Amino acid sequence: MICDDKVDCGRRRLLVATATLGGVAGVATAIPFVSTFAPSERAKSAGAPVEADISKLAPGQMMTVEWRGKPVWIIHRTPEMLDTLAKLTDKMADPKSGRPMQPGYAKNEHRSIKPEYLVAIGICTHLGCSPSEKFKTGAESGVTDDWQGGFFCPCHGSFFDLAGRVYKSMPAPDNLEIPPHVYLSDAKILIGEDTKGA
Amino acid sequence: MKKLLIALLFAPLLAFAAGADIRLDKAPDRSRDFPALQNGAKVFVNYCLNCHSASYYRYNRLTDIGLTEQQIKDNLLFTADKVGEPMTIALRRADAKAWFGVAPPDLTLIARARTSGAGSGADWLYTYLRSYHRDDSRPTGWNNPVFPNVGMPHVLWELQGEQVMGADHKLVLAKPGLMTPADYDAMVADLVGFLTYIGEPTANFRKQLGVVVLIFLFILFIVSYALKREYWKDIH
Amino acid sequence: MGATSTNKYKSDGTAAGGLLEWVDARFPFLSLWNDHLARYYAPKNFNFWYYFGSLAMLVLGLQIITGIFLTMHYKPDAALNASGIPAAFASVEYIMRDVPWGWLIRYMHSTGASFFFIVIYLHMFRGMLYGSYRKPRELIWIFGMLIYLCLMAEALLGYLLPWGQLSYWGAQVIVNMFTAIPLIGTDLALWLRGDYVVSDATLNRFFALHVVAIPLALVGLVAAHIMALHEVGSNNPDGIEIKKKKGPDGVPLDGIPFHPYYSVKDIVGIVVFLMVFAFVIFFMPEAGGYFLEFNNFYPADPLVTPSHIAPLWYFSPYYSILRANTVNFFWIDAKLWGVIFMGLGTVIFAFLPWLDRSPVKSIRYRGPLFKGALAIFVVCFITLGVLGTLPATPGLTLIAQVCSILYFAFFLLMPIYTSLDKCKAEPERVTG
Repeated sequence: MICDDKVDCGRRRLLVATATLGGVAGVATAIPFVSTFAPSERAKSAGAPVEADISKLAPGQMMTVEWRGKPVWIIHRTPEMLDTLAKLTDKMADPKSGRPMQPGYAKNEHRSIKPEYLVAIGICTHLGCSPSEKFKTGAESGVTDDWQGGFFCPCHGSFFDLAGRVYKSMPAPDNLEIPPHVYLSDAKILIGEDTKGA
Repeated sequence: MKKLLIALLFAPLLAFAAGADIRLDKAPDRSRDFPALQNGAKVFVNYCLNCHSASYYRYNRLTDIGLTEQQIKDNLLFTADKVGEPMTIALRRADAKAWFGVAPPDLTLIARARTSGAGSGADWLYTYLRSYHRDDSRPTGWNNPVFPNVGMPHVLWELQGEQVMGADHKLVLAKPGLMTPADYDAMVADLVGFLTYIGEPTANFRKQLGVVVLIFLFILFIVSYALKREYWKDIH
Repeated sequence: MGATSTNKYKSDGTAAGGLLEWVDARFPFLSLWNDHLARYYAPKNFNFWYYFGSLAMLVLGLQIITGIFLTMHYKPDAALNASGIPAAFASVEYIMRDVPWGWLIRYMHSTGASFFFIVIYLHMFRGMLYGSYRKPRELIWIFGMLIYLCLMAEALLGYLLPWGQLSYWGAQVIVNMFTAIPLIGTDLALWLRGDYVVSDATLNRFFALHVVAIPLALVGLVAAHIMALHEVGSNNPDGIEIKKKKGPDGVPLDGIPFHPYYSVKDIVGIVVFLMVFAFVIFFMPEAGGYFLEFNNFYPADPLVTPSHIAPLWYFSPYYSILRANTVNFFWIDAKLWGVIFMGLGTVIFAFLPWLDRSPVKSIRYRGPLFKGALAIFVVCFITLGVLGTLPATPGLTLIAQVCSILYFAFFLLMPIYTSLDKCKAEPERVTG
C-alpha cells in the first residue's frame, strides 16, 4: 500500500477492508437472487428424461414424444428409406454431420444408434418451428419430382432428409439436433440421458 | 344472514379447528437423525400417503435425508412415475369428502400449521398420533382428546393396540398391538420428525448458513466500526 | 443549495475524470452529490435514534428487490390446482421449495415487512422525542405520515397474497370494515372485492396494487420526504437549529458533512441491523408466529374461519382500538365508531406539528407534563398492541378502552399541557 504524508494510512487501510468485505457481502447476497433464474425443481422434474416404447412403431412410421417441452421424433426407417440417405449426400449442407448437432454415438451416416431408428428433436435449426413430415416420394409428395422423402419446415421452407440432415442453401443452417438417448431394451428408449438410470 | 347460516353449519368444524386445551407431549428432535427420518418417510409412505398427499414435497428431495434416487425408486415411489414428482395421491378430493366428511388435508405443511401457543406442530402431532382411543359413539369407532371427534380413524391401531379413555381422563392400553408402547412412541417420533422435516426441507441448511452469515457480518461490523471511529476522531 | 449547484466538475486528467466531467456537463451529478451528501451539513450530535431513517431506506430497497424476484415466481390465482390447493398458496410453497434460493428471498420479504414497521415506528418515535415535526419540518412529517399510510396499505394488500387462512379472513374482515360507512358502505365493499366474498378478483387487484401502484407512490413520497428534509436541514437531539450559528464560510458550526461522517456511521448501523435481520431470517423466520402466522400455513378456505384471527403485530394497536368501541354514541353505531377511531388513530399523528405548543422541541428541555404524557402514550400504544393479538374478553376490552381514550387524549390535550409545561432553556449550541 502506498502511503505518504498526505494520505492517512490507517484510514485508507480500513476503507479498503470495509469496501472489500462489503463487496464480498454484496456479491454473496447477489448469488441467491441470480440463482432464482435457473430452472426450478419443477422445471427439472418436467425436463427429466422420458421413456419411449417403440415396440409398436411399424416400419415407415414415426412417433412423437415430448421432452423438455420439445417434440422428439422417433422414426422407424425402412431399408428403402435408409437407401435414400447415401443418394442425397451431394445435396446436403453437412452430409457427414461434421457440426456438433448430435452426440458422438449418432455421428454416422444414418445419424442414429441403430440404423433403422432415428431419434431427433423436431425443431428446425433456423428459428424454432417444427417441420412437418413429407415421407411420400416423387411427384406425389408435392415437393419435387425427385423428392426422396424427408421433412419440410412450413415457416421458412427448409428441407431435411430422412436423417434430419438439412439440404444445401436452406434458411436452416444445421441438421436437426439428435438428443442424448439410450436403449434401455430393444423396445424402450430413454430420451434425455446417455447412461442407463441415474 | 347467509354468513350466519354458513357459520352455524360449520360450527362443528370450527370446534375441530380450535382443538382442546390439552397438555402436549414434547416430540423428540429428529431433525438431524437421518435413519430416523428415513424410517419416518417409510411409515409416511406406507400409512399416510394413501389418503393424504404431500403435494409440495418431491420424492427426489429424500436425497436430503441420505437416500439415493435408486433407493427412492425401489422402496418409496408408489404414487408417481418419476423421482422428481411430488407426493400426490390418486384419491379425488370430492370422493374423499363424500367418504370421510372432510377431505384429508395435504400434510406437507401440517407440522408448521399446527404450531400454537400450546407447543410446536411436532408436539401436537406426536401427542395426537398417540392419543387415539376407542369410542363407539363415533362412526369410525375412534376418538381423540387432542382432536375431538376427529374424522380419521386410527390408522396405526394394529401397531399401537387399542387404548380406552379411563375414568380419570387418562388413556389406558386395553389391548396391546404389534409394537411395545416404547417402540410405538419411537416410530411416531420418527414419523413426526419426517413431517416436521417436509414442512421446511431447507431448515437444516438455513441454520447452517445462518451461522456463516452472522460470523461474516460480525467481522464486517468490527471493521466498519473501526472505520467509523477513524473518521469520527476528528469530530469533537 | 443554489450556491453549489453552479459548480461543475473539472477533470483531473484521468479517463474516469474525463467521463465524469462529460456527464456533469449534462447532468447535475456534482451538485446532487454535494447537496445531498458531501455538503449536506448534518448536526454532529445524532444519537442512536437517528439510525432508523437510513435503515428505513435500506428496508424499502430490500423489499422492492426481493419483491421483484418473488413476482417472477408467484401466481395471483385462487383457482384450485390438481391437488385441491389454491394456485397462489401453492406458488408460495413452490418458491419455498422448488425455486433455487427462493426460500431465502421469501423469508427476506416476509421478515422485511415486519422489520419495516419496527424501523418506521422507531423512526416516528424519534420524531416525537425530539420534536422533529415542529416548524419548519411540518411537511417532512406530513410526507412521512403519507409514507406510513402507504406502508400500511402495502402490508394489508401483500398479506392477502400467500392466500392462507389468515390472509383470506384478514382481507375479509378489513374489506368488511367499509360496510360500516353509512349508505354506500355495502356497495363500496362489494366494489373493493369485485365479488361477493374475497375471491380471485380481489387477489388479482390486491396483487396489482401491492407490486406496482403502492410501491410507486412509496418511492415518490420517500423522494419528497428526503428533498423536504434536505431543504430545511435535519433536526437533532437538542431540537435547536444548527443553521442559526454559522461560521465565516457559511457552514453551520455544529454541522458536519453527511458524507463521509454519517455515511460511515450509517454503515455501522446497517451492519448491526443486518445482523438482527439475518438472525431472524435464519433462525426464527416465523418469529414465534408474529412475522409468519402459523394458521397461514393452511390454504384459504372460504367455508371455515380460523378460531382466532389476529392481525399482524404492526396493526394490532389499531385493531384494539377498533374492537374497543362497543357502545353506540349518538346516532352512529359502535361498528362505525370503531372504524372511525381506528382511522383517526393512524391519521392523528399528522396533526402533531399544530397540536404541540411547547417553546422547545426536544424531550431534553421539556417539562414533566410532556414527558409524562409521552410515557403514558407509549405504554398505551404497546398495551393496545399486545391486546390486539389476544382474544377479546370483557376485562381486556375494558383495558383497551382505557388505553384508547388515553391514546387520543395524548393528542387532543397536547395544546393544553404543552402550553402549561415548565420547560428548560435550550442551549445555544448542540450538546454531546
